[in-house]
Amino acid sequence: MTKIASLPDEMGFYGDFGGAYVPELLRPNVEELALAFKEKKNDPVFHSTYISMLEDYVGRPTPLYLSEKLSTKHDCTIYLKREDLNHTGAHKINNAIGQILLAKSMGKTQIVAETGAGQHGVATATACALMDMECIVFMGEIDIERQAPNVQRMEFLGAKVVPATSGSKTLKDATNEAIRYWINHPDAYYLIGSVVGPHPYPEIVAHFQSIISKEIQEQLKKKTGKSSPSKVIACVGGGSNAAGAFFHFYDEENVELIAVEAAGHGLKSGKSAATSILGTPGVLHGSMTLLMQDEFGQVTEPHSISAGLDYPGIGPLHAYSIDSGRTKSIPVTDQEALIAAQELTKSEGIIPALESAHALAALNSVELEPSDIVVVNLSGRGDKDLSTYLK
Amino acid sequence: MNQFKKASKQLSIFVTAGYPKLNSLNDQLNLLEANGVDFVEVGIPFSDPMADGPTIQETSDLALKNGMNLELLFEQLNERTSTLPLVLMGYLNPVLSYGIDRFLESCNRVGVRSVILPDMSLEIYERFYRDQFEKYEVFPSFLITPTSSTQRIQRISKVCKNSFVYLVSSNATTGGKSTFNADQAKTYQSIRENCGETPLFIGFGIDSKEKVEYVQEVSHGAIIGSAYLKALGLNKEKDFLKSIR
Repeated sequence: MTKIASLPDEMGFYGDFGGAYVPELLRPNVEELALAFKEKKNDPVFHSTYISMLEDYVGRPTPLYLSEKLSTKHDCTIYLKREDLNHTGAHKINNAIGQILLAKSMGKTQIVAETGAGQHGVATATACALMDMECIVFMGEIDIERQAPNVQRMEFLGAKVVPATSGSKTLKDATNEAIRYWINHPDAYYLIGSVVGPHPYPEIVAHFQSIISKEIQEQLKKKTGKSSPSKVIACVGGGSNAAGAFFHFYDEENVELIAVEAAGHGLKSGKSAATSILGTPGVLHGSMTLLMQDEFGQVTEPHSISAGLDYPGIGPLHAYSIDSGRTKSIPVTDQEALIAAQELTKSEGIIPALESAHALAALNSVELEPSDIVVVNLSGRGDKDLSTYLK
Repeated sequence: MNQFKKASKQLSIFVTAGYPKLNSLNDQLNLLEANGVDFVEVGIPFSDPMADGPTIQETSDLALKNGMNLELLFEQLNERTSTLPLVLMGYLNPVLSYGIDRFLESCNRVGVRSVILPDMSLEIYERFYRDQFEKYEVFPSFLITPTSSTQRIQRISKVCKNSFVYLVSSNATTGGKSTFNADQAKTYQSIRENCGETPLFIGFGIDSKEKVEYVQEVSHGAIIGSAYLKALGLNKEKDFLKSIR
């Protein structure tokens, strides 16, 4: 297998997945972006601005917390990477800050974004408020309803939240609307929230989220003397927190990478969002990836109790890594996630986001040895999900 | 020989296959032929048409609900009596799902010589699909925009030499408002020159007789999509066809 750190290729491919499947109308937009990112990616001044904002504004590094309760229960060593302690309550801010700096360097003044659970929308609205940018967030009508607190936060931060009323009225459709807006307003900067979309987005988002695994390496080294865990577990919708948590471990073969998929009502129920298990190759939102689709190539409406995992595709980096066997994917149902959320809340006093609760629930189905050091990426906090938890 | 080259001042209409009824297509083709339309773009409905505005999204959704799919579309095309040249237009995913070889072979079999897949960029076409298109003698057509570079236009017009270049009137999704002024005439003139021998058609936002005539002056013809589909949805397609003549 090609070393993942050396991917994607010039056209944005991770093996057979990725690329920029965009209409000519968007070609100048993605080329401009690719050029700007290439220039800034290794620019030490840009990098140090990004890092100091993460430290002073976001609150990084986030703790790597040894959960004694979970460790005792599963008879191994379990750390939680506390992305929930970031400003705005999830890992999404890492990428929003990185991309807003990129947008600023390109002279952009208007930001457009899509959001599912609202975490990326809130992170983007926050970064826009900080950097004096106009902010428009597309959000599925159904998600607006089930994630109302985040809608209020975005609006209070000054963003305009536009309901996506087409299709399944969730993240997929919010993404369609954001892309259409970008076609109609090519001067806007499209700040995508996951490792999906046309090249160079998957690479950009993975880059700005890779801080998570970099910190895990350093923190683990201090705590255990070893910089690599035996397993890293993260939930996957589009896959941004997983890309970040896995990134620096991709080419360390001894580290097992576990992507947790939302199985909804169950893999065979017809109501799930377990793309990497049930999906087949196809093109959506500008890249070749694994997709939930019917026999005619129409994208199907996924289901998950978690609005952040309710996406019919998966980042091309994950599609490649799972397809080649490097990353293993595990399904977790709505019910299992709810139980795991309750368990962490009661035992550790940490209310996890529904998305992150999927990663926690996977501890029950992964084979664990007493010598294992496991890192679960706790991608976000669960305040936004309280109404679901209290039902 | 290039079937889109024949005349100047051409008119093309886009219809979504399976809209308004599952079996509307062949009646539509006959109607358009009787009304002097030069060629028809047949839209393959897709669940996530990212370059389309609300009208084509809605017709696409309805066509899918009606049960349209590629298998059925080729059956319908096989039974058509219209002799109009046809272009299939749609997104890549349903085509890949049907199978690219099988799709091109079916196009060839039913006499469709040109295909536009907006999310199959020129680069993707050249890296993955060119050999198959050539094998089945199906000619791709690509979009350009008023801001495309000279070099890009020349490169695309070469690839489209057996079909045509599709110029979108402005940087927008389908069905928006287009406006034309004297400055644009110059832009279109230079784009036309850069296309050389390859026919150039203009679409996106063409919804009136004035715009059709303007576009026919500066290119080989006009392509109408959303405006026609809107009229069709109201059973006013015949009035619309009269109104633009």
